[in-house]
Amino acid sequence: MATPLEFTEAARERAAKILDRYPAEYRKSAVVPLLHLAQEEWGHVSPEAMACVARLIGCSPVKVAEIATFYPMFNREPVGEHVLAVCHTLPCALTGCGSVFDHLSEKLGIGLGETTADGRFTLRKSECLAACDRGPVLLVNRRLHTHVSPEKVDEILTELEKG
Amino acid sequence: MNSRTVTLTIDGRSLTAPAGATIWEAARSAGIDIPTLCHDPKLEPVAVCRVCVVDVENARTLPAACIRKVEEGMAVRTDTDRVRRARRTLVELLEAGQPPGDDRRKAADQDELARLGVQLRSDPSRYVAACSNPPMPPDLSSPVIAVDLNACILCDRCIRACDDVQVNDVIGRTGKGSETRIAFDNGLPLGESSCVSCGECVATCPTGALTDKRLVDSAANGPDAVPNGSGTRRVDSICPYCGVGCGISYHVRNGRIEGVTGRDDTHTEGRLCVKGRYGYDYTHHPQRLTKPLVRREDAYPKRPLSADFEDYRDFRRSLRSPEWNDRIREVFREAEWDEALDLAARRLLEIKNTLGPGALAGFGSAKVTNEEAYLFQKLIRVVFGTNNVDHCTRLCHASSVAALTEAIGSGAVSNAFQEVLETDVIFVIGSNTEDNHPVAASYMKQAVDRGAKMIVLDPRRPTIADHATRYVRFKPGTDIALLNGLMHVILREGLQDRDFIARRTERFETLEPFLARYTPEMASRITGVPPSVIEDVALEFGRVERAMIFWGMGISQHVNGTDNARALISLCLMTGNIGRRGTGLHPLRGQNNVQGASDVGLIPRYYPGYQSADDPEVRARFEEAWGTALDPDSGLTVVEIMHGALDGSIAGMLMMGENPFLSDPNMNKVRKALQQLSFLVVQDVFLTETAEFADVILPASTAAEKRGTYVNTNRMVQIGRQAIEPPGEARLDGDILIDLANRMIRMEQGESGPRWAYDGPESVWEEIVGLTPIFEGITYAAMERDTVVWPMEEPVLFTGSFPLGRGRFTPVSFAPPDELPDHAYPFVLNTGRVLEHWHTGTMTRRARALDAISPEPFVEMTPGDLARLGVEDGCPVAVSSRRGAITLKAMASSRVADGNVFIPLHFKEAAANILTNDALDPDGKIPEFKFCAVAVKPVPSSD
Ligand code: SF4
Ligand code: SF4
Ligand code: FES
Ligand code: FES
Repeated sequence: MATPLEFTEAARERAAKILDRYPAEYRKSAVVPLLHLAQEEWGHVSPEAMACVARLIGCSPVKVAEIATFYPMFNREPVGEHVLAVCHTLPCALTGCGSVFDHLSEKLGIGLGETTADGRFTLRKSECLAACDRGPVLLVNRRLHTHVSPEKVDEILTELEKG
Repeated sequence: MNSRTVTLTIDGRSLTAPAGATIWEAARSAGIDIPTLCHDPKLEPVAVCRVCVVDVENARTLPAACIRKVEEGMAVRTDTDRVRRARRTLVELLEAGQPPGDDRRKAADQDELARLGVQLRSDPSRYVAACSNPPMPPDLSSPVIAVDLNACILCDRCIRACDDVQVNDVIGRTGKGSETRIAFDNGLPLGESSCVSCGECVATCPTGALTDKRLVDSAANGPDAVPNGSGTRRVDSICPYCGVGCGISYHVRNGRIEGVTGRDDTHTEGRLCVKGRYGYDYTHHPQRLTKPLVRREDAYPKRPLSADFEDYRDFRRSLRSPEWNDRIREVFREAEWDEALDLAARRLLEIKNTLGPGALAGFGSAKVTNEEAYLFQKLIRVVFGTNNVDHCTRLCHASSVAALTEAIGSGAVSNAFQEVLETDVIFVIGSNTEDNHPVAASYMKQAVDRGAKMIVLDPRRPTIADHATRYVRFKPGTDIALLNGLMHVILREGLQDRDFIARRTERFETLEPFLARYTPEMASRITGVPPSVIEDVALEFGRVERAMIFWGMGISQHVNGTDNARALISLCLMTGNIGRRGTGLHPLRGQNNVQGASDVGLIPRYYPGYQSADDPEVRARFEEAWGTALDPDSGLTVVEIMHGALDGSIAGMLMMGENPFLSDPNMNKVRKALQQLSFLVVQDVFLTETAEFADVILPASTAAEKRGTYVNTNRMVQIGRQAIEPPGEARLDGDILIDLANRMIRMEQGESGPRWAYDGPESVWEEIVGLTPIFEGITYAAMERDTVVWPMEEPVLFTGSFPLGRGRFTPVSFAPPDELPDHAYPFVLNTGRVLEHWHTGTMTRRARALDAISPEPFVEMTPGDLARLGVEDGCPVAVSSRRGAITLKAMASSRVADGNVFIPLHFKEAAANILTNDALDPDGKIPEFKFCAVAVKPVPSSD
């Protein structure tokens, strides 16, 4: 039996603060903020991290896995420094997300779900990001870019290379 | 809930249905079949597959019949073109995604989706091209369940079965969109997850996604090995393992059991645990005894055959090894039944004639039917001429029964465990319910999901505590201080039921002043439980209308086991928690028929029906019925008989289906005792460790090979039916007993003596009922019709009064266990069971699946204690007590507390009972299995 993954002392304190916001009988509701905390702590939410969150809120691990795998913003694998997610739901598809994705893929030299060798970029597709009227939409880390074109992709990448 | 009905039409037929019923339910009760896929009447409907759609007049869309409630005046059509088209298209879409060429489940006639396809004449071919998901590899990591996610249609049935019915919370739905999958725990392979292999999910899965792994294995071994609908016979019976008594069906083909399923129409609603569902193949094990055996002349003095088979790897190999059979042949030779039985009869009578009937004794079994247990005790009392007859109840609930009998006049469980669904607080103490009574535990967990509180109190955290609203860990052996502390607070807060105490009990005045000194602080000093927790538990328990108390061996197996039970009974009486639904005292009974065996008199001091053998009037009645004078002395109990064997006062014994060598405390002493017996007859299905000391071994039958009745923990009498024939020359236990009785009678009294003649189990049952008022009115015919509890029609006992009239309070003081840890033996040893095994493992270790899941012994210790010893998790350690030593693997676990260790009792290669203390409870005569002092030392690993 491997030792289960545990938060660091500092993260545990933050977890306690998060849990404090919920009445004892609704501890389970803290699952999403705690998953965010886990992602900050380890960069991605591994199965072990899900089990760790489950222990904290006192529920079975599968209940946490259901949520962690439902929301695409939780990374299930280690990711690069910047995560680029191209929306590929129908409205964005109609406005040309395909060429945005292809362009990104070519520029970075990686395919879907892959990370560049230097660990800088991870390329993803995402479901609708709720900005369908401004497609194609690209999510860069936590920032949404709309009306994205291959040219705009180049600008964004240059920006990221700098920062 | 209202009991209104509504009137509607379905396919033009006018019918009424209860308000709140679904269209599907209304149609079904009118005999109209609406196909379903994601619906299982045992589960809450989720309506995700839409296969059950129907046409409702004036409705905009086609509603799902499995979830849509009936309404007044509704006009439903189940057979319009629109409905048929919709159904067929849905089924075609689902079928198109099925793995190609997979006919396993079709062969097993269990694939509902395939069946539906045939029924609707579906043609999925036009959609197949659109299903381009790359195939996923199967997950074959579980020893019993094969997972093929390619066949999964996401109907959610397994999730609801695992979450809502068995409440194991293993399966979920992860991902989304086309990536949605069912998953186990945090995405683990099933075999590595927390799955307990209950099989509920497999039973409900409508496709080939979750299947019995044996089907996959046998598919690889050729089509002949696949059980299928044709040629398979279903035999409804009862699980042979625990006292829950789940209803099972054996599926039999060519004289072999091919599988077991749960019976929906029984009190357990089709639920089973891993033992019941997958533990059936022991009955076909090649080591079954099929011929009587007689010890060879040159095999004296006796010594254990398996002494040098001690390493567990060898033990497991011995289960399959031909070498083992050679060994047996060196010691025993095969004999004809006549020879074996005559020899047994002659030698037993010799002992009776030279040393007196008191030198004979019999251990019966809680695994056999009521009829067989009855015949056994009759044989011992009438033909052997002694009351020295007992069985393993002595080792489990004798103390509980002693306390209950003294307090209320009956040792029976008062309320069925299913009533947890109607209670406010479930109080569970000293019971590892999920492992030992898994299906009863599923009802408890369900009750908690529906809002009941569950308080679990135990020194070793049982897994059911994971579902409890509160878990209290206390120091082992301090139950009385804890319970007295709770009662103290209840009185202090005035939470006692004054009216109940006045009307239904006596001697409360002795209890009240006695409890004064058990303040939470004082109880806390003894138990290690904080005073505030004692107060909170007392309030939670004392404030509710209805509470049910469950307990197991954690209460009973102590030198003060009877006192423990007395304290629990006081707690119950003081709060008036008995005599109503959703309340009561429930000592969870261990073996499938431990209740029945005791009911029919397989205990020394009571004839059938708890009629005292010490009462001359009762004795006269039984002498009359059995036509012979009966032993006026009270007989000896299990451990006393073993002591008798040791000091020579017991010389001859008959053992039916008991294995005291492994089950009794202080094994080295038991070994000497068995060696000392001058004549031992063992009647069993395998050559048990005890049988290794036998002079004559009689091959008997398993539950699947016989017909008879069993009584479960709820006092429910149920019929077990014969599914297969006994192998070789093995005989039914009842027939063996009758034959032995007749031979002994003939040898003693000549041809003029009475003859035992019975016409099958029914006629034995009739004799039992005639002598046993508690069974009045219970016939095979009644049991065939419906579930029956004794006393007839009384699922809740003691509604108006107790058999003693008033319930009696008995104050008890805390006293420490017999052997406390000290410098030389610093750890406290607790023993018990694991989910997959049953007692001495005679059956379960010979069941392939159970052995695969739980192959070897272990000692559970905290990671902290392991680190202090410098031992790595999984490495071997030596555990020793004043009575012996064993070596086994250490397992890190936080279920035990620091300073405590736990060892399961099933494994002969590291038998916990080498270590245990045979000190007895003075009233129940039960040994202290749950507490002794041991030392733990690292041993260098050999590999
Ligand atoms: S076998 Fe039982 S515990 Fe395991 S996943 Fe299926 S329902 Fe859940
Ligand atoms: S709970 Fe008991 S009776 Fe039911 S299947 Fe398991 S062992 Fe058999
Ligand atoms: S479809 Fe891309 S944001 Fe909605
Ligand atoms: S059976 Fe009704 S929707 Fe699936």
